[in-house]
Amino acid sequence: MKLDAKVPSGPLADKWDKHRFEMKLVNPANKRKFSAIVVGSGLAGAAGAASLAELGYNVSCFCYQDSPRRAHSIAAQGGINASKNYQNDGDSTWRLFYDTVKGGDFRSREANVYRLAQVANNIIDQCVAQGVPFAREYGGLLANRSFGGAQVSRTFYARGQTGQQLLLGAYSSLSRQIGQGQVKMYPRTEMLDLVVVDGRARGIVVRDMVTGKISSHAADAVVLATGGYGNVFYLATYAKGCNGTAAYRSYKKGAAFANPCFTQIHPTCIPVSGEYQSKLTLMSESLRNDGRIWVPKNRDDNRAAGDIPENERDYYLERKYPSFGNLAPRDISSRSAKEVVDDGRGVGETGVGVYLDFADAIKRLGKDVIEERYGNLFQMYERITGEDPYTVPMRIYPASHYTMGGLWVDYNLESTIPGLFVAGEANFSDHGANRLGASALMQGLADGYFVVPYTLGDHFVRAGVSDVTTDHPEFKKVEQEVQERMKKLLSINGKRSPDTFHRALGKIMWEYCGMGRNEAGLKKALQEIPALREEFWQDLKVMGTNEELNQQLELAGRVADFLEIGEVMCYDALTRAESCGAHFREEFQTEEGEALRNDKDFCYVSAWEYQGDGKEPALHKEPLVFENVELSTRSYK
Amino acid sequence: MNLTLYVWRQKNADDKGRMEKYEARDINHHMSFLEMLDVVNEGLIQQGTEPIAFDHDCREGICGTCSLMINGRAHGPEMATTVCQLHMRHFKDGDTIYIEPWRARAFPVLKDLVVDRSAFDRIMQAGGFVSINAGGAPDANALPIAKKDADTAMDAAACIGCGACVASCKNASAMLFVAAKVSQFASLPQGHAERKQRVEKMVAQMDREGFGNCTNYYECEAACPKEISVKFIAMMNREYLMATVTR
Repeated sequence: MKLDAKVPSGPLADKWDKHRFEMKLVNPANKRKFSAIVVGSGLAGAAGAASLAELGYNVSCFCYQDSPRRAHSIAAQGGINASKNYQNDGDSTWRLFYDTVKGGDFRSREANVYRLAQVANNIIDQCVAQGVPFAREYGGLLANRSFGGAQVSRTFYARGQTGQQLLLGAYSSLSRQIGQGQVKMYPRTEMLDLVVVDGRARGIVVRDMVTGKISSHAADAVVLATGGYGNVFYLATYAKGCNGTAAYRSYKKGAAFANPCFTQIHPTCIPVSGEYQSKLTLMSESLRNDGRIWVPKNRDDNRAAGDIPENERDYYLERKYPSFGNLAPRDISSRSAKEVVDDGRGVGETGVGVYLDFADAIKRLGKDVIEERYGNLFQMYERITGEDPYTVPMRIYPASHYTMGGLWVDYNLESTIPGLFVAGEANFSDHGANRLGASALMQGLADGYFVVPYTLGDHFVRAGVSDVTTDHPEFKKVEQEVQERMKKLLSINGKRSPDTFHRALGKIMWEYCGMGRNEAGLKKALQEIPALREEFWQDLKVMGTNEELNQQLELAGRVADFLEIGEVMCYDALTRAESCGAHFREEFQTEEGEALRNDKDFCYVSAWEYQGDGKEPALHKEPLVFENVELSTRSYK
Repeated sequence: MNLTLYVWRQKNADDKGRMEKYEARDINHHMSFLEMLDVVNEGLIQQGTEPIAFDHDCREGICGTCSLMINGRAHGPEMATTVCQLHMRHFKDGDTIYIEPWRARAFPVLKDLVVDRSAFDRIMQAGGFVSINAGGAPDANALPIAKKDADTAMDAAACIGCGACVASCKNASAMLFVAAKVSQFASLPQGHAERKQRVEKMVAQMDREGFGNCTNYYECEAACPKEISVKFIAMMNREYLMATVTR
């Protein structure tokens, strides 16, 4: 497998312009001859499908939800970054680029990140033009807030529902194209495999989740915008339906899986309350603007938060990172929370949590201001925990939230399978080993509105109109395989539901491949996961048939893939014998417990190639070359 | 706590459907309503009974997927709450709970508690957008918008499209849903160019889908998990009138 990133030559700031000029264009009259499949309807998928259709290409868009408006981008709360410098606080494209590269602990590709920073401003313009109701100042201009990992205020927001508003903006553009017949939408339809003919992606095989019908769809290019695989941990802030199947099936067809062990654990989530827990809910990182994080100084301090005097509290982020304080990046904040909990100073019934306290902010600004800023988040917290955060501090703890890893893509967002493009969280390209807050929305929309529409055109011209239709024997063969897989899942007739296997896998992953990892643990996981997988294929119980709406069957298929994804993650985490960003190998830390990066041996993207079931995948390396920023030790002190 | 559930079971769109009785044992009061159903389903699977199908996804009250009538109320007894955010601490040991799907002609049942809400998408496709292609938008601050107007637009835009308004309305009217989108764009300068066509097209599609009319009971507002105000229905009526008389 050859990894050619196809980064254009020339100065960093000119690369994208130069590349756009060099890419081939499709004559307006010829655009209707080309077709694209877009899988997923979140920010990247909806924006990509709408933008491709606006150009005149024929687009088919698929999502597992009952409507494209429900993709999980909708749950992002805090905001979206851009370097507009509306606040006159010294922001610039270069600063946004630098912060993102540094935040990612120097494990992302410079050219991709710079392009992201460049188009970020266009995204804000585009969304405002669509009627996205961003927060505004009294003078009528856009408001900004600050966010973790940055010292400028560059985050645009719509109350605590920024993801919802941006997604509904993209959904409105998509709806317009569906209404005009330029996009054919397939809701409640799940991609179950990719079809590759003569080394080129030609289409997909899907299952209609209402009737169970398995069918094929062919196109000149396939775009995966299927999100991340963070539900491998079972308890996560992802929607219950989020899964890694589309990406993983493509990996099995030859797409390299890059940096699978780079998974983000978000510091501010509502802690687990019991065994029945089905998911974790995130509290926006923006809360860290006004909330102060602390635990008692002494172990096993069972007093109520309000009874613990100031001098017996440890505001550990402010103590350890005085210049960033409570706004330290996500990986650092998460790890610090784990440290104090492991030290026996955690709070709440389970002892697995830390306080996020608004008492000072309420005293300083008044309850009204806090309510205006975070009202819906406070309400959400109260609903879930039954506690009022205006009077008692919130309890928070880290949870799986985002995957920086994903399918490997080149500068054009094309995977190692020609004709298969990957956008948004599903690819690996922009966030390195750690993503900064308010950057996921930025990347999803950048890929969808401003990258894929150009690079797909270039692919169409170079590859020509595909003459492969769904009558091709390869489509029939893959359809048959998918049918058989469904049959197999239904015929095991064991005792355990898919959910119990998913929970068991989540426990292994969280324990050995979560916030802290070490060689012995990862090796243990690499024994436990295959054993669990074997049990799955012998003792699974799925009721009903394929030819109906069958939620257990859907889940079983996804869990089967998670049981393999987890293994690839562990291989990657084991091979990467350094600590960087969210990947913290306990053997590699400074005396103060900070991540110890090893640029000499690990300044590369790991890209894993499938070698067959039960076989260790092959590791390929894309060296990361930094021509414009100096590799430095990330310091937020 | 222990509960008795009566749940609507319907094999598919053609099945007549019926209420079935189930016992929910050892329910923890910290559980969400959907986690309670997860526990019941796990028990059903162990007994060899097909689990109850229900729609859900984000489980944090924003995607709008979950959709249950609980004791005759859309999303259950709590105000401003989706089912996924409803917790069992609001129920008592020994309670009997009736769980049904959304009921509306425009929302046919697909299975058990799962309904088809694609009618909402078709209303959006008819006109729920500002016609702007990617690229070429002016600078975001080139058009100042009064905070008051932006806030009104955001109040309306908070709709999650769950359909509780329709399910709770005697007439199965979708007026609150449509009004929220019409009002968002009517409050903003970006929406002005297409203001008249938009309201006419969206209302026409709403009628074609078989939703009823508004007769001012305001059940929709009471059931709405995002507290969308019925004042937007008045706003839409004004928009509609203006569009039709100045056509």
